Amino acid sequence: MHAIDTFNVSQFNAGLIYACPEIFLALSACAILMLDLLLRSDRRAVTGVLSVIVLLITGVLVVMQPVQGRVVALGGLFELDRMAQVLKVAMLLVVAMVFVYSIDYLRRRAILKGEYFVLGLFATLGGLVLISAGSLITLYLGLELMSLCLYAMVAFDRESGIAAESAIKYFVLGSMASGTLLYGMSVLYGVTGSLEIAQIASAAQAGLGENIGLIFGIAFVIVGIGFKLGAVPFHMWIPDVYEGSPTCVTVFIGTASKLAAFALAMRLLPEALGGSVHDWSQMLVVLSVLSMAIGNIVALAQSNIKRMLAYSTISHVGFVLLGILSGTAQGYQAAMFYMISYVLVAAGAFGMVLLLARQGFESDKLIDFKGLNARSPWFAGMMAILMFSLAGVPPFIGFWAKLGVIQAVVGVGATWLAVVAVLFSVVGAFYYLRIVKLMYFDEPAEDAVPVGGSALMRVVLSANALAVMVIGIVPGALLQICKLAIQ
Amino acid sequence: MSNLHLLSLLVWLPIIGGFVVLGLNRHEHGARWMSLVVSLATFLFSIPLWTGFHRGTAAMQFVERAPWIATLHADYYLGVDGISMPLILLTTFTTVLVVIASWENVSKRVAQYMASFLILEGLMNGVFASLDAALFYVLWEAMLIPMFIIIGVWGGPRRVYATIKFFLYTFIGSVLMLVALIYLYLKAGSYELAGFQHMPLTLREQTFIFLAFFAAFAVKVPMWPVHTWLPDAHVEAPTGGSVVLAAIMLKMGGYGFLRFSLPITPDASRSLDWLIIALSLIAVVYIGFVALVQRDMKKLIAYSSIAHMGFVTLGMFIAFQIVQHTGRTAGIELGLDGAVVQMLSHGLISGAMFLCVGVMYDRVHSREISAYGGVINTMPYFAAFMVLFALANSGLPGTSGFIGEFLVILASFKANVWYAFLAATILVLGAAYTLWLVKRVIFGAVANEKVAALKDLNGREFLVLGALALAVLIVGVWPAPLLDVMRASTAHLAQQLLVSKVVP
Repeated sequence: MHAIDTFNVSQFNAGLIYACPEIFLALSACAILMLDLLLRSDRRAVTGVLSVIVLLITGVLVVMQPVQGRVVALGGLFELDRMAQVLKVAMLLVVAMVFVYSIDYLRRRAILKGEYFVLGLFATLGGLVLISAGSLITLYLGLELMSLCLYAMVAFDRESGIAAESAIKYFVLGSMASGTLLYGMSVLYGVTGSLEIAQIASAAQAGLGENIGLIFGIAFVIVGIGFKLGAVPFHMWIPDVYEGSPTCVTVFIGTASKLAAFALAMRLLPEALGGSVHDWSQMLVVLSVLSMAIGNIVALAQSNIKRMLAYSTISHVGFVLLGILSGTAQGYQAAMFYMISYVLVAAGAFGMVLLLARQGFESDKLIDFKGLNARSPWFAGMMAILMFSLAGVPPFIGFWAKLGVIQAVVGVGATWLAVVAVLFSVVGAFYYLRIVKLMYFDEPAEDAVPVGGSALMRVVLSANALAVMVIGIVPGALLQICKLAIQ
Repeated sequence: MSNLHLLSLLVWLPIIGGFVVLGLNRHEHGARWMSLVVSLATFLFSIPLWTGFHRGTAAMQFVERAPWIATLHADYYLGVDGISMPLILLTTFTTVLVVIASWENVSKRVAQYMASFLILEGLMNGVFASLDAALFYVLWEAMLIPMFIIIGVWGGPRRVYATIKFFLYTFIGSVLMLVALIYLYLKAGSYELAGFQHMPLTLREQTFIFLAFFAAFAVKVPMWPVHTWLPDAHVEAPTGGSVVLAAIMLKMGGYGFLRFSLPITPDASRSLDWLIIALSLIAVVYIGFVALVQRDMKKLIAYSSIAHMGFVTLGMFIAFQIVQHTGRTAGIELGLDGAVVQMLSHGLISGAMFLCVGVMYDRVHSREISAYGGVINTMPYFAAFMVLFALANSGLPGTSGFIGEFLVILASFKANVWYAFLAATILVLGAAYTLWLVKRVIFGAVANEKVAALKDLNGREFLVLGALALAVLIVGVWPAPLLDVMRASTAHLAQQLLVSKVVP
């Protein structure tokens, strides 16, 4: 292996500085694990708050890293570029938000345990490693660290049968996907002779375009990515896992792991296999159209909001793939903007589900949103913003996301794909509107209680939804960030 | 004038005012007064648009431009010409009336109701004033949200069906337009409208773009056969919602044809003008007959709106046939002028008709024609207004309804006598369904004890209907100032139409 041949200890140590946010996060997570043992069970919220602080500090560390172009460190295993930086900050922020939403929910469901936060921190660590992977080994390592933590998180409510069932489903299917991905990677290694992404890229550029082995490997890699992103036809696990997991884990899977899966796709497809863009973009066209179709149409029939949001995720993944499959820098920027904005909106939407949950009551049926405008006009307004954003109605962030990816596909001459996409987004608008309808046009049920939630959660959730509107009105800054991230 | 940021004020004052009103959730009366103040202020600020407007130039005026989204080359770019300026005045005027008209008869969630109308007003002003396609599209779509809420929360029994139908119908048309706008952007390099208008395009490109625009605007106008959302939305909407829908939102479609379809795709407009003319004539004749058999007053007026909007689209697209038939360009402007006047006049008249129905509905709680009869005996003042608006709706000379229809018929005569013949049936059919409505509702013997117990207009209702009656008569008797304002802009548009954009 090339990386090992040129291994140099002093260079390796010098490279550690680039990984300092990850190292800090790993050490802090261990420290919090220890500390949690010493806390009384009624003081568990401290673990949560500390975890949020650690995430924010890690975020600051990431921002402070000077990045010019691309830095490859640790003997080619680690890679730091602007895209990594932006995705890491997005992931750390979103996980911090998720933790804030979860503290309240876990307390009310009487399952406030330190494991949730510690596992969450390690999953985030996995995500960061994956985002910065310079070699297939680190890529896989990060992915598995994240996935294993997520399997455990799904099952961490021991009393819940449905959660255990989902965890098994998730574990079995997820392992299969990882295996497929690993197999694809091994084929890539065989064909190109390297595990380093940069070297695979140059090998693939240099006349391997028609190599049947390479295309064979790409197919397996695509299956793995499709699984992790949740693109049709590899989406089967999504609705069941989303519905069965405790909502605070669902939101984690629906946001942080999506960012990681996006990084996985970006590192493997455009970066490592950029030379074979014609091969994989055709495969992605199929995945994308099917995801938009199945996701939007099946979501219409759901009565459980977690399941509905699961199918909605699938459809949004279809849109993200539109950006990637265009194979241009604009397309990748648009896909990245789409993913970040989707994650922001999804965090808010699941946050609303968490907010409405009560003692021994999940509040995950659509009808639980009935008459929310009469119970809390403020949060009904916030949820309406989130839903219109998911539907892609301006002036919310979701519109600019859709605009970007459509622009990308029209730019490469695939106008028909743009028309298909916008038509499915009209189908999607219907079920988002249904939530607005329930909140505004229907009266609350007899036994409805006022909306609870701690002050912190209410403030963060409101900020989350308002950000969706504010960035929707002035999207320039975030668009610019995504543009600089991928040149 | 541009340093006053007048147009920005007209967009943002009502929107910010709307959010302030939302905050007055617990003070119903405060919310009402606040809305009145905001809408009146907006109306007053829109008057300088009229007085400070330079007639005789087609250039955009009151222009404001600032960079908005650098990566997309989209600007915050506002400006008005002789076509959009009167429409903005119509919007600000109508909103004041809607706020006053809804003063007492909305008692549920007053603050949210008023706020929706104010936010809607700001967005609509923005649609008419934007000169950047991205800004236009954002406001165009955002407009759906308050209207969706207005129909859904304060509407009638089938409001949910009606409002979702309204939203999805309009949304599906708009997203196709979005694809066309993106295509144009990628060719032109920026979202500036003027750039789109000057850019050469092949006929094939133009045809696809024209059809995408057509999807968006035809739904909004609405043209037969994509009109079916309108009767549902009108019937279920609260009075204020119906007024804004009929008076302003339908005009967005006509405005879109004028600002987008005709100047950006003139060659496709020429080759597909038969489609628009045919659909317009179907709207006039067929929908006229449909209106005749309605039993619900609001539905009748809704169908009458579709027929009258058919005149608007006819007036716009008759231009090419005039040139073909007479070989001269004289007459094109007649059609365009007629279309714009018809939009404004229909805004006033249909708004007034819906308000009249609202006045009766508030008292009797029925929209069925058969529930009324002999209203004149108990409400003489109201009856006078209703008859005036009905006559205006059927195009009586001396009212605004006559001017637009007359100009359009005149223009169609130059193209083809048969077009003029079919178009003129609106004078017969319009008179038939409107006057028959008046005959059954207003005249005759008192039909039942509910009608017998009716009280005539209160001061508030008198004020609203009086203001509209005045506007209808002024435009009808002395349309010259209005035509003066728009003349340069329509003449410029007429020129744009005739210049082929196809690259040789």
